Amino acid sequence: MENLLAKYYRPRLPHMWCPGCGNGIVTACVARAIDKLQLDQDKTAIVSGIGCSSRASGYLNFDSLHTAHGRAIPFATGVKLTKPEHNVIVLTGDGDATAIGGNHFIHAARRNINLTVVVYNNSIYGMTGGQYSPLTPHMSMATTAPYGNVDRPFDLYELAKGAGATFIARATTYHATLLTDLIAKAISHKGFAIVEAVSACPISFGRQNKMGGPAKMMKWQKDHAVMVEAMAKLDQTQIEGKFPIGVLYQGEGPEYVTEYQKVIQRAMGSGK
Amino acid sequence: MAKAVLMQGNQACAEGAITAGARFFAGYPITPSTEVAELLAKRLPQVGGTFIQMEDEIAGMAAVIGSSIAGTKSLTATSGPGFSLKQELIGYASIAEVPCVIVNVQRTGPSTGQPTSPAQGDVMQARWGSHGDRGVIALSPSSVPETFTLTIDAFNLAEKYRTPVILLLDEIIGHMREKFVMPDSIQQMIINRKKPTLPPSEFLPYKPDEDGVPPMPAYGDGYRFHTTGLVHDYTGFPTGSNAVTNEVIDRLHSKITKNIDDIMKYEEFNLDDAEIAVVAFGGTARSAYAAIESARAQGIRAGLFRPITIWPAPEKQLLRLADKVKAVIVAEMNHGQYVKEVRQIINGKTQVVSLAKWNNEPITPSEMLASIQAIR
Amino acid sequence: MMKLKTIVSHCKGCGICIEFCPKQVLELNELGKVNVAREEDCVSCGQCELRCPDYAIFVRKK
Repeated sequence: MENLLAKYYRPRLPHMWCPGCGNGIVTACVARAIDKLQLDQDKTAIVSGIGCSSRASGYLNFDSLHTAHGRAIPFATGVKLTKPEHNVIVLTGDGDATAIGGNHFIHAARRNINLTVVVYNNSIYGMTGGQYSPLTPHMSMATTAPYGNVDRPFDLYELAKGAGATFIARATTYHATLLTDLIAKAISHKGFAIVEAVSACPISFGRQNKMGGPAKMMKWQKDHAVMVEAMAKLDQTQIEGKFPIGVLYQGEGPEYVTEYQKVIQRAMGSGK
Repeated sequence: MAKAVLMQGNQACAEGAITAGARFFAGYPITPSTEVAELLAKRLPQVGGTFIQMEDEIAGMAAVIGSSIAGTKSLTATSGPGFSLKQELIGYASIAEVPCVIVNVQRTGPSTGQPTSPAQGDVMQARWGSHGDRGVIALSPSSVPETFTLTIDAFNLAEKYRTPVILLLDEIIGHMREKFVMPDSIQQMIINRKKPTLPPSEFLPYKPDEDGVPPMPAYGDGYRFHTTGLVHDYTGFPTGSNAVTNEVIDRLHSKITKNIDDIMKYEEFNLDDAEIAVVAFGGTARSAYAAIESARAQGIRAGLFRPITIWPAPEKQLLRLADKVKAVIVAEMNHGQYVKEVRQIINGKTQVVSLAKWNNEPITPSEMLASIQAIR
Repeated sequence: MMKLKTIVSHCKGCGICIEFCPKQVLELNELGKVNVAREEDCVSCGQCELRCPDYAIFVRKK
């Protein structure tokens, strides 16, 4: 990591995230994945929205774009269509991606546009102090759900799958090596690729829900995440309360930018 | 060989954008602007550009900004309700200093209103629609040929001053067909954003040159610059500094006010000896020529002042006008918006009369004539 | 050569590295920052570096 800091991070550390926040771990996994693939640093763009996790773009030494709340994916769509040969990686949070940005999320998945989207899922709006997001578990506590959250959460995998994403994976900050591997696979995938990074917000989620601090929250990840292959072999009682990690879905489909390049060829062939 | 064709205002806008060098459009269908999108869906890929119909108005604006930051001239087109939805990101483009053009073909509102009818009810939205403090450039053409040239001007100003530029059409201009001769060669200069001259190691992305505008690299140029909607210092990274905030917000205004003579476009018609001036822009101005000629035939010395740049407002020109006429009539297709700006500028130096109409119909020459005749 | 390098100015004292160290090499000092207490026990497994949210500890592998 030491070498990666020098190469892929801007000299702006220490970062702004709270003690024990998983954002630093997820961002490290993004840097490791980029290094693993040896991506051209000048042909890789990092695009983020608004919220704690979206500050990650400012720490990474690439062309970086910190957009407006919920809009990282459509900004990234503009970047990708303008620079089709660039790797465009979107770093976003659960609220950013699935509440205010939910419409953009499903439509980018539907287009199967070649973006890599890493959703830092800490189950809460952290920056504004602990309001529930569409990924906050049912009956969890939040500052805007002082009697428990009656909203039902999205399953990000089901959402992405239903919308047409062709690569869907999940890992946790505890499983950082797996997370790195999945992000690398997502970047390599040709199409809309989503990686859900299950992460901890010890301050704004953990405290309200008596999760016991950063280390305990990470231990919770260890105890509740099961490799998708292993999970398939367990019976219903054994998987109660558990969630699968690994590559959850990988498919194929026409990719938007490639298809649009064909449109350009057809239009240019037809002349004026 | 240049050939005269019958062209719609929205088409002139689309062709103007291509001539200006725009190679990216993202938007969402909305009457009465949709032809701009339809035509660019066909035309942009013919010149190697990209068109995308997004999932909503906000996404259209977002993709346009993303594309421009990556390095391409880009635009979107919409109408009142869609313009409202884009306002947050127009504010983003202002503070992040992203060149782009937003076409708003105005219709009657608020809300769905009268979607196929003309209005000029977004004059104030163009100036004040987004949140916070910033300078704004908005242009309003009065004919199809002018829509073509003004679309190029809109891009030139956006690129030169690194700011979103609003092209405020109205349904009259957008849907009207007029004779248009596509020029064989473009008479107008095409302006492109300044590129950095310093190497990446010495370059500060938001350090302005003397004109108040910082140079702008593209993605892949090796500058690895950061863009944010947060207040940022010369490095482009956020800061809570009062001094920097003061400077940044001020520069969003001053880069426009400092260069106002370059930005300001207007037309004067029969104003030399005028006692009464009609102030009208966009589709409304078209009735003024006939009204003024009728008035003059009756011995009333009337003239037209037509702001083409409506924001920033033509303060100097209106004050000059106020010194020589006994009345200014502000004609507009809304409940009386621009008249308030004109009154504020003229500040009692002469009489300011509002001729406002908001019933889906253009203001007719006879209505304007009656308004001129009513001045005593 | 030291097996572990720390950047104490990056450390926010979250305790993750301490919890997941299989050899109890690490502790928090009186300022609540990471301290390498028993470096001789370190097996260079890299668990601390892998999950440090703050880029404050690094394992130097031979």
